[in-house]
Amino acid sequence: MQITIYHYLAVSTILFVLGIYALISRKNAILILMGIELILNACNINLIAFSKYGGLGIDGQVIAIFVIILAVAEAAIGLAIIINIYNNFSTVNVDEVNSLKE
Amino acid sequence: MMEFILYKLPVIVLIIPLVSFLILIFFGKRLPRRGDWLANILLFTALGFSILILISYLMHGEKVSVTFDWINLGEGQPKITAGFVIDSLSAIMLVVVNIISALVHLYSVKYMEGDPKYGKYFAYLGLFTFSMLGIVLTNSLLLMYVFWELVGLSSYLLIGFWYERRAPQEAAKKAFIVNRIGDVGFLTGIMIVFLFIGDFSFSGIFNGVAQGKLAGGWLTAAGILIFCGAVGKSAQFPLHVWLSDAMEGPTPVSALIHAATMVAAGVYLVARVFVMLSADALTVIAYIGAITAFISATIAITQNDIKRVLAYSTVSQLGYMIMALGVGAYSYAVFHLVTHAFFKACLFLGSGSVIVGMHHIQDISQMGGLKKKMPVTYWTFLISTLSISGIPFTSGFLSKDSILSATLAFAQINGGINYIIPVIAFLVAGLTAFYMFRLVIKTFHGEPKLKENYEHCKESPIQMTLPLIILSILSIFIFFSFNPISADSGWILKVLKSPESLNVGMQGKIYHILPLEEFSEYLHHAHYPAMVLSIIMAGLGILIAFLFFYWNKVNTEKLKVKYKFFYKFSLNKWYFDEIYHLTAVSLTMGLSALSNLIDKYIIDGIVNGAAYLVKNISSLGGWFDKYVVDGLVNFVAAFIKFFGLVFRKFQTGKIQTYIALLIFSIIILYIIFRAF
Repeated sequence: MQITIYHYLAVSTILFVLGIYALISRKNAILILMGIELILNACNINLIAFSKYGGLGIDGQVIAIFVIILAVAEAAIGLAIIINIYNNFSTVNVDEVNSLKE
Repeated sequence: MMEFILYKLPVIVLIIPLVSFLILIFFGKRLPRRGDWLANILLFTALGFSILILISYLMHGEKVSVTFDWINLGEGQPKITAGFVIDSLSAIMLVVVNIISALVHLYSVKYMEGDPKYGKYFAYLGLFTFSMLGIVLTNSLLLMYVFWELVGLSSYLLIGFWYERRAPQEAAKKAFIVNRIGDVGFLTGIMIVFLFIGDFSFSGIFNGVAQGKLAGGWLTAAGILIFCGAVGKSAQFPLHVWLSDAMEGPTPVSALIHAATMVAAGVYLVARVFVMLSADALTVIAYIGAITAFISATIAITQNDIKRVLAYSTVSQLGYMIMALGVGAYSYAVFHLVTHAFFKACLFLGSGSVIVGMHHIQDISQMGGLKKKMPVTYWTFLISTLSISGIPFTSGFLSKDSILSATLAFAQINGGINYIIPVIAFLVAGLTAFYMFRLVIKTFHGEPKLKENYEHCKESPIQMTLPLIILSILSIFIFFSFNPISADSGWILKVLKSPESLNVGMQGKIYHILPLEEFSEYLHHAHYPAMVLSIIMAGLGILIAFLFFYWNKVNTEKLKVKYKFFYKFSLNKWYFDEIYHLTAVSLTMGLSALSNLIDKYIIDGIVNGAAYLVKNISSLGGWFDKYVVDGLVNFVAAFIKFFGLVFRKFQTGKIQTYIALLIFSIIILYIIFRAF
């Protein structure tokens, strides 16, 4: 079976939808952060696929590298925030962290 | 010096009483003795100045007129001027007014002693003197009208001086309203004159008449209407009713205003405009004067109030003056005005002295025998009575005799119906002598009726008797003419030359205006018959008075019963008050009641209806505002609130919800854009 750009896109779409689903449905902050990672990775797959099959060339791979680096930085900061939230609220459930409400 | 006296001093004389008024009305209460000394000093100063003016005028001999523009209506428009004139008429009147006013001031010091409004009284006297001098001095008809009204005002204030009592209030109102009726005519006359001639100053008006700008019927109308003012102020028939009621004021006021000066203002006015009066206007004036003289003389016969007798005799004498002007005897009328001012003021002040002596009893039937108790009052009163009755060697004889001869001459010239006038004049001369001696005999002779009052009666103090003495001396012939039986050679008639009428030769309905020379020819012939007749009439009157009241030869009570109708008619003043009450007053009252009804039901109804309408329209508007406008606003608010509530549900603050919505929306948008 010939692997075409549609396969890549299908995988990345599945990943993206799963990421979104995790983002929307999970209450645990860590799981939400994981959902964001999934979305970013779906995006990376797309970039790589366009790099190979589309007209993006090497640029797509460069941007993918950048995205990975950003994802790392984002994960580091996000986890740091989550640890602080846990320290303050003794929970990582985002619904319960609502002291700014009202 | 002469320049100053004739051109400046009249203004100072005019201002002095005003100064007295202003000082007394504002600071009277703070001055010692309420400032009566100040008023007296000021008025006697004015008297001195006015005598100085008269003497200077006599030496100078020329009319002095000072005029300045008062109101300038712009180019080509008539100018309204103001100013004063010193001629024989005004110079003599100036002295007369000031003499009487100063003496009344002096007299009032004692008469009004202890009155709670003592200071105010002198202030009012000052105001009156000011306005009277204004009338005398002014050379413009408009300005004269202004002072005319001021005189009316001060007369009102002084008649109603004791306004705590009912009668003076009523009398003051009556005087004011009756005067107003005449003044309407006066004002209308002024308007007619101004309409045709466009000038208010006397010289301008006379020039206009001489040029024929105002002639014919309009000239007669203007003359009669201006005379209406005199009818009001000088208490001529049919507006004479106020003067006897005006006696409710203090007696010195009656002497000053309602005998000597203010009521003479009407005569003065007619004298001022004398030259422009047409033949028909003069006819009306002559007959009104004669009717007045007769009516009031018949009323005076039966009155019992000492002041009312004098009041009616005043009306009668004023009628004489007006009649004299009507028949063309200008100088005699003014001469009688002057002599009358002195003896009538003396009579009134004498009656004031009697009233004080009798402890405020004014009924002459309650008096009697006062001769012994009040000798000074008696003798001065007697001299004035002789004067008013027209007994030789008095001033009254000179002036009255002149007037009588003028009426006789008038009748001879015009003939026919005009003989009524001398007949009335001689009859009134007899009546005057009769009622004046009735007054004297009842008051000063016979047995005292009220023993108690009589016992306490004593002569008045010097402040009151001195004016009496001065005035009675001024009632003697020597001051006016050295010839006791004819005034024609006296200084006053030489100064007071009759001016030639502007309408010489005019033929009225029953009146022919003759040139002065021809007229004096007739006068000359009429003089001696008139003199003899007038002495006979006066003697007859006095004789009858003595027969009736002194020797009691005739029972007056029987006469009263026998001629009950005439007696009642005279006692009730010809029922003039009743007639006026039935006609004019009740008509006015009815009209007022009608207008009141109209006002109450129709005007008020309209107003209330309008108010009701506005109220209902506003409540409709209120309802509209409340339910429609507010409803709309509230609806918008509720609408927004409702959607706010709906949309609030989306604003959960939960990022996951937002993201879910975001994605949901994107999908929807995608589908939409894909589909179309």
